[in-house]
Amino acid sequence: MKRLSTSLLGAALAACVALEAGAQSALEEIAKYREALAQGNPAELWEARGEALWKQKRGPKGASLERCDLGKGPGVVQGAYAELPRYFADADRVMDLETRLAHCMVALQGFSAGEVTARPYGDGTRRSDFESLAAYATAESRGARMNVPASHPKEREAFRVGEKIFYFRGGPHDFACATCHGENGKRIRLQELPNLTERADAQRGYTTWPAYRVSQGELRTFQWRLYDCFRQQRFPELKFGSEASIALTAFLAKNAQDGVYIGPAIKR
Amino acid sequence: MKKTSVFLALLLAGCVSAPSDVEISARALQSMKTSFKENGQAKLDRLDQDETQKLCSVAPGGLSKDFAARVEKINAASLVYPADGKLMGDWREGERIAQTGTGMQFSDDPKRPNGANCYACHQLSKSEISFGTIGPSLYHFGKLRGTSEAIQRYTYGKMYNPQAFTACSNMPRFGHNRILTPEQMKHLTALLLDPASPVNQ
Repeated sequence: MKRLSTSLLGAALAACVALEAGAQSALEEIAKYREALAQGNPAELWEARGEALWKQKRGPKGASLERCDLGKGPGVVQGAYAELPRYFADADRVMDLETRLAHCMVALQGFSAGEVTARPYGDGTRRSDFESLAAYATAESRGARMNVPASHPKEREAFRVGEKIFYFRGGPHDFACATCHGENGKRIRLQELPNLTERADAQRGYTTWPAYRVSQGELRTFQWRLYDCFRQQRFPELKFGSEASIALTAFLAKNAQDGVYIGPAIKR
Repeated sequence: MKKTSVFLALLLAGCVSAPSDVEISARALQSMKTSFKENGQAKLDRLDQDETQKLCSVAPGGLSKDFAARVEKINAASLVYPADGKLMGDWREGERIAQTGTGMQFSDDPKRPNGANCYACHQLSKSEISFGTIGPSLYHFGKLRGTSEAIQRYTYGKMYNPQAFTACSNMPRFGHNRILTPEQMKHLTALLLDPASPVNQ
């Protein structure tokens, strides 16, 4: 009897090891696939289009975005994304890259707020100006270390509100951001999930957005990343540039403190 | 005079203290309410939290023992078993439901049956290597436990409302929140317990 149970246990263990090995090798193959993809990242096309849009005189005021202040002074793009979201005195609120770009398009180029945010995400055929501008602006932060400011009370408040939202459970499935991104070493199917409350994982996760999404043929910004997470959480649709989206971004960007920004990256 | 005004300024600065945790929670709720718009089947009432969701909106380990007991009590009270007393359906149907990840997203067709997406978080059968790890492995679930009536009730109940057993479990309350029908949950119970199911091979 004892021998039988020992051999049963052994068989069960062997089965576990074999299963684990199957999943492991699949993960290794996915890592190789990602590496191969990164050698020719179509995000460069969005970066080039974004740079042209940035410099082009557009809108009722016929102005370019070259005087846009992304937080490091008018016209300074380099390194700006690594310090966003941040408080902007001229708008008296905390803004992320996308909301700041929208602000500049209204203030400098004279577009209406409605026009500007009408197409935040491209759909495979019609590109979004935002995704291009975000690709350009973020590429100019490549190599910079994440350093989101926390000197203004509204910046500290955004972080704390974002943290609460991260743990907010709702919808028919009771999901929160934390359901998938609050523990180490978890997966959905074979997709590895970063624990966004831990520095190393938050750095790896945050510093690779925006990203070219192979499965969609589009470059996606962090606003889109949040929009699509909430869709999968079975929540209603997250509004582009909404207060909750900025607070959550502030929380996640701060968690990635000191991480080297390497986007726009490429993802499955 | 100058000294007094500096003193007053310092005093005023001191009054503007950081908002309390309660105030921040209220602001987070407020911003959630204004930051979403309805889309298809996903209406804004999905942001109205029930008591369980409110209590469970904390970091892991952040729930006191008393609150955990309260969550389990209110959820245990909601457990409903099928009127016909039968809990085992067809494991083949169960496997299809376990593999299906769509349902209730604003991008999903509300006319199609919802999936349970079990494989997203659990290992189930040996042949499906694309499984997630948010939940424990359920491989050999029935083989280890048998198919007694008590086990069937536990399995069905755990799917119906996992928070009746584990406060703030990550698992959706499939029956309680009407994600799955009793028929679907019977098929999933069979997937887990039927000796012929791939889960128990």
